[in-house]
Amino acid sequence: MNGLRRWLRPEQLRELSLLALIIVALLIFGMQIENFLSARTFNRIAASVAIIGVVAVGQTLVVLTRNIDLSVGAIVGFTAYFMGMQLHANPSMPPLLALLLACAVGGLMGLVNGLLVAYGRIPAIITTLGTLAIYRMLLVNYADARTVTTDMVPAWVPGLAQANLFTLGDFGLRPMVALALAVVLLFQLVLVYTQFGRRLYAVGSNPEAARFAGLPARRTVLLAFVLCGALAGLAGFMFLSRFGNITVVAGQGMELQSVAAVVVGGVNTFGGSGTVVGALLGAVLIDLLGQGLIRWLGISEFWRDAILGLLILLAVASDALILTWLRRFWTPKETRLGRPSESVGPTRERRHGL
Amino acid sequence: MGFSLRRLLSWEGLLLLILLLVVAVNALLSPVYLGLNNQVNLFQLSIEKIIVALVMTFIIINGEIDLSVASVMGLAACVLAYLFERGVPMEQAVVAALAVGALCGAFNGFWVAYIGLPSLAVTLAGLIGYRGVARILLEDRSITGFPEWFNRLGQQPILGPLPLAVVLFFGLYMIALVVLNFSGVGRLVYVVGNNREVARYSGVRVPRLKMGLFIASGFIAALAGVLLAARLGAVRGNTADGFELDIITMVLLGGVSIFGGTGNLFGVGLAILIILNMRNGMALLNVTGNVQTGVVGLLLIFSVLIPNLVQDGQTLLQRRRARRKEVELKVKAGD
Repeated sequence: MNGLRRWLRPEQLRELSLLALIIVALLIFGMQIENFLSARTFNRIAASVAIIGVVAVGQTLVVLTRNIDLSVGAIVGFTAYFMGMQLHANPSMPPLLALLLACAVGGLMGLVNGLLVAYGRIPAIITTLGTLAIYRMLLVNYADARTVTTDMVPAWVPGLAQANLFTLGDFGLRPMVALALAVVLLFQLVLVYTQFGRRLYAVGSNPEAARFAGLPARRTVLLAFVLCGALAGLAGFMFLSRFGNITVVAGQGMELQSVAAVVVGGVNTFGGSGTVVGALLGAVLIDLLGQGLIRWLGISEFWRDAILGLLILLAVASDALILTWLRRFWTPKETRLGRPSESVGPTRERRHGL
Repeated sequence: MGFSLRRLLSWEGLLLLILLLVVAVNALLSPVYLGLNNQVNLFQLSIEKIIVALVMTFIIINGEIDLSVASVMGLAACVLAYLFERGVPMEQAVVAALAVGALCGAFNGFWVAYIGLPSLAVTLAGLIGYRGVARILLEDRSITGFPEWFNRLGQQPILGPLPLAVVLFFGLYMIALVVLNFSGVGRLVYVVGNNREVARYSGVRVPRLKMGLFIASGFIAALAGVLLAARLGAVRGNTADGFELDIITMVLLGGVSIFGGTGNLFGVGLAILIILNMRNGMALLNVTGNVQTGVVGLLLIFSVLIPNLVQDGQTLLQRRRARRKEVELKVKAGD
């Protein structure tokens, strides 16, 4: 039992159960729906998960520090439109520069969020509710009722979403999906092995303790927001590449989708626990269930939101109930308190993080 | 409430100052602004939001948040329209819509109050989920052609120049004011918001209070949704989409702390007046709705940022003063 305890942390259990759920869903849908397990389904899910997954990685960084970023959807929309216009004006811009520019624009918006939250001491939810409206306003004014269309951007941009890096039978790896996977892998390593990554967890699980321990809590939160913005910018570029036609409502609702992926992926909204891989699995599960249930039950697109809401609630509830029980199981007997905690809810200080 | 400089420098004083400024600027820039028609219109255009802002004040003072209100408004309107479309009498459809709202609130409240889940996550799920149910009901149809009396209720004045919703708002505001300031329940809302644990140990039935507040929130949101349907005369799946931003902004600008425990309805009332007058003034100057929302977003951020900066400045001053005193003492001791 001790060996099991050492090897299986609650977070990993969460990821494993998500993986199991995904496999079960794949098996059921595969048996019930004709041609479900095909390259087309794979590509469709991979393409949409790639974008929301990159946003969810950034959201994970912020949520780990016990904050939330509701402005990512507006950042995605703004960078998608902005990059479309820039590439229209300078078609000869090298792809790498375009990617960096998208990240920089997003990062700048994230910087504003981060400064307000970390140094202005405004709760993240208020800050990003405000900047969500402001960034969207900037986009609408900048766009001035024009839209970006596919033929306005150089051919390599939509190509990024359609070409295959290499193919294995019918399955192909799109450059965009590879990019998303690279981002997830990179940030998973950053979270586990770098000082910055560990600080995110430290600041999120107990900001006071982190500060008393001499950690630069404010700078860590600021950096988390900047990275979240930059990743949203990258996602904006991917959005442009996938859809080509960008209007002022681009990316609307992505803030909630990314929070949903993060929450279903087991990242605690009170900060301090969760992983990037979990968030990616959460995004995959949501998309898979959305696609599968709609095709299996023959229900309309309109059911997607209702299912998503239920899924988030289930994820949060299972987090609170099962993990409370699990953590009790994981604590060594001798350190266990006599009475179980009466409330699984957060204490006052924990709630303040939001 | 005697006059004192202190009160003038308080948050409400600052709000009053901003309000006077906004009114003065609007009155200077637009000749129609002060007319009775425009003043009633100004209330009527956002009346549903400000009704919900009242109950949101209670929720936030209590240390929780309800992000799902706009979706509950939409869902109630959609239930109403759906039942009407199926031939259910309008009166029964209204009752059903209100009941659905209360049920949504009870559902949120159950998870928050009795299971102990964070209200942010639960009501985020509600925000998405209830909107989803609304979309399932109406898909992409738009329902119109409600009975004459129902539309008239939303659009025609019933008391002097005031339509039903505006009268209802002032009634609810008075009730909320009395409940929050002069009743036991009101005190408990503050007590629980200040410190949930202490309240629990003092014998306050915290879960029951929170449950009650969330049910009230759902019910009032549904009422606002029905009023919105009556005013617009048409319901779509995306009715009231995104209203939560405005509603929460009004409450926070009113000086209610997002952490709970502080704030009052005077401040919220002033904040409501500021936002309504600002939006109205901008609309009269042909500023688009999108820019108006952006300005409200700016206002939201500055309403929290400025007090924080002032506080930072004060601590800095105090520290400097303390240090100077210390130095003086040392110099004296040295002599």
